[in-house]
Amino acid sequence: MKKISLSFLFAALLSFMTFAGDGDKIPTATMKKLDGSKISSTSFSNDGKPMIISFWATWCKPCIAELNAVQENYDEWVKETGVKLIAISIDDARSSAKVGPVVKTKGWKYEIYIDENQDFKRAMNVNNPPQTFLIDGKGNIVWSHTGFSEGDEEKLYENVKKVAKGEKPNH
Amino acid sequence: MTAKNGSSFLAAFLLFLTLNPFNSSAQEVKDEINSIHGNFQIDAQYYNYDSLIGAPKVPEKMLSNAFGNLNYQRGKFSAGLRYEAYNSVMQGFDARYKGQGIVNRFARYQDKLLDITIGNIYEQFGSGLLFRTYYEPGLLYDNSLDGICVISNPYKGLTLKGLVGKQRTFFTVGPGTVRGFDGELNINEALDSLAKNLKTKFIIGGSFVSKFQADQDPNLVLPENVGSYGGRINVIHEGFNLFAEYVMKENDPSAANKSTANGKTYYSYKNGDAFFLSSSYATEGFSVLFQAKRIDNMSYRSDRDASLQNLMINYLPATTKQHTYLMPAFNPYATQPLGELGGMIEIAYKAKKGSLLGGKYGMDITINYSHASGLKQYGVNDSTTSMTLYKTKWDLAELSNGVHHIDSVPVDNNGTITYKKETVKNFYAQRYYQDFFIEVTKKFNKHVKGNFMYAHQFYNKNIVQFGSKFAGYDNIFADIFIADITWKYKTGSAIRFESQALITNNSSNPNAGSWTTNLIEWTPTTHFFIAVLDQFNFDNPDKGKITAIVNKNSPLLSAIADMGMKELSGNLNLHYGLITAGYSSGPHRVSFSYGKQRAGIFCVGGVCRNVPASNGFAISITSSF
Repeated sequence: MKKISLSFLFAALLSFMTFAGDGDKIPTATMKKLDGSKISSTSFSNDGKPMIISFWATWCKPCIAELNAVQENYDEWVKETGVKLIAISIDDARSSAKVGPVVKTKGWKYEIYIDENQDFKRAMNVNNPPQTFLIDGKGNIVWSHTGFSEGDEEKLYENVKKVAKGEKPNH
Repeated sequence: MTAKNGSSFLAAFLLFLTLNPFNSSAQEVKDEINSIHGNFQIDAQYYNYDSLIGAPKVPEKMLSNAFGNLNYQRGKFSAGLRYEAYNSVMQGFDARYKGQGIVNRFARYQDKLLDITIGNIYEQFGSGLLFRTYYEPGLLYDNSLDGICVISNPYKGLTLKGLVGKQRTFFTVGPGTVRGFDGELNINEALDSLAKNLKTKFIIGGSFVSKFQADQDPNLVLPENVGSYGGRINVIHEGFNLFAEYVMKENDPSAANKSTANGKTYYSYKNGDAFFLSSSYATEGFSVLFQAKRIDNMSYRSDRDASLQNLMINYLPATTKQHTYLMPAFNPYATQPLGELGGMIEIAYKAKKGSLLGGKYGMDITINYSHASGLKQYGVNDSTTSMTLYKTKWDLAELSNGVHHIDSVPVDNNGTITYKKETVKNFYAQRYYQDFFIEVTKKFNKHVKGNFMYAHQFYNKNIVQFGSKFAGYDNIFADIFIADITWKYKTGSAIRFESQALITNNSSNPNAGSWTTNLIEWTPTTHFFIAVLDQFNFDNPDKGKITAIVNKNSPLLSAIADMGMKELSGNLNLHYGLITAGYSSGPHRVSFSYGKQRAGIFCVGGVCRNVPASNGFAISITSSF
């Protein structure tokens, strides 16, 4: 029985791959805004300009380092490419109350949503934060990156510029 | 989930997949969501036996945990599955994770009015005090509900949720059925025209959750249905945010609240309740957060005999800081579901660029204080109801260190249940955990930034790790110092130094005494890193252990012993060296490590588990697409 389900699994995997060509839209999940109201990922849009979706948590040091690093040049990024960053906090009930205070204290100008029970994290198959996705003007996920080390934000921005021009990002 | 169910579900899933490409060409919807995503993670470790650090013999030599997820969405329909494999499960995890199989599969339909899921469901009501199913692969925590969930938005601002099913446990489901209903109303959205200009937002909610499990105990009258209910309110006014939730649970005798005395088992038939409050004020550059909670007899599982992290229906968040550095997380706290009073206050301040403290780049300061303590308990002599209805009455705790008050607690002493007095001593108004810390983050110039931290912690090891005052350990006090400096020497290249010290009175092994941790991490390009970590137990009070160990079978030490050095000058003052290297490209990441890791304790959902020390080679691969 187990062997059968296993071969089914691989068959499923293969059939996924064969028509996975344009299967890179943002999946649907509901999150919470800082004002307590709900928002669906289907409403994420930026008028044909690129979007960054960044998964983070208040307890995740590299996540905060990444969002701080982007914030330093964010105004410039927005001016040059029209990019918008959506920061998705995966803090659970233990620390989700900290999200608002952290964002305000750090002075982040991003769109902030709370994915308290990690529905969006699972739908996007994020392993560990930080994981950052780049979405092109048509709403396709074109690039993603896990982890953060110093300098990653510059690479991210190079790709934002490429995507804004309609080019393919580098890996 | 039985194998039969699993495979028939899978067959339906595959049928859908095969049919789908043909369907999609027929109905060209331009903006339809089409998405396929998945991820994989594989962790494997080769274990060396090391008696000195206490790394056990692993018969398989190599152990591995692996999983893969696959999610598919087309328009309003989505489906997914997860395969897990343990060959055998790695050290520190529950050995009942054995073998492999599809442990999670679901199909879901979502539109504006309705959202229906069948299969494995992750959902949360309010802050989770009554219901939360959740998945955390790093901890092998998965209590998903295998059943049906319907979410509906029949009116602006109103969300209704209903669900029923059984919870996952290892490769099957638990014996109990869980049913739940939750309603949430965003008053501002509902009263659109009236509340449009109102700056204050109100959200209210209420939940009802019940579990059913047959009573198969020949002696006891156990409640087969255990209901629980509660309400919550969230008020938000500009920078202010107030959230409060109160829940109650009917009597629920279980493994968590039972006690054994004189060879007899006694259950608590007392109702449980929990209160959770979180309030914050935030403005640009400054914030205050205050959290408080009281928990009484709130262990809630879909199997009354379940223990550890299995089959939990609810989630009791700890109101203590979640530390990420190694030393402050050395003694982690976990919510005590039997009874706890806890709270936390955190103040964060960002000194602006150009200010006296801020300098050229600004400076962040965070101060946090948290406290958790036990509830005061009374033993109740209830001879009329006899052991089948043993009851306890617990009352509000005193925050003060209550040890002196033990003897003054009025205990009825003439019952047959002689352990009552001990129970009172056991839990009475003890301090469980206390943590004060201050953290400063500062960028010095374009190349150098630093993070500095001091923490003072109190840790009641007996209660947090063993759930009993009589476990025989001393309370632990610890002072922790951390400096973490990153030097970005050119674009995309950095070196990070981390130095930590933990000064403590802890005299019980493993991990007794004081420690230092030093780390150098080099990131020559953004793709690659290599790090060397040394944890040094420089002040282990356990002297003279080494001669005993020499007699066992550590080849190196036997060799030393053969050289006539039977009395080593040292003791257990050991270095735990670990070298780690990793490569990442986009969403793919591979890391290797070789060396020794100390034994540690990891807490989740109110339960702590011990991970033994290890010595060996480990590999971890994560990938998503």
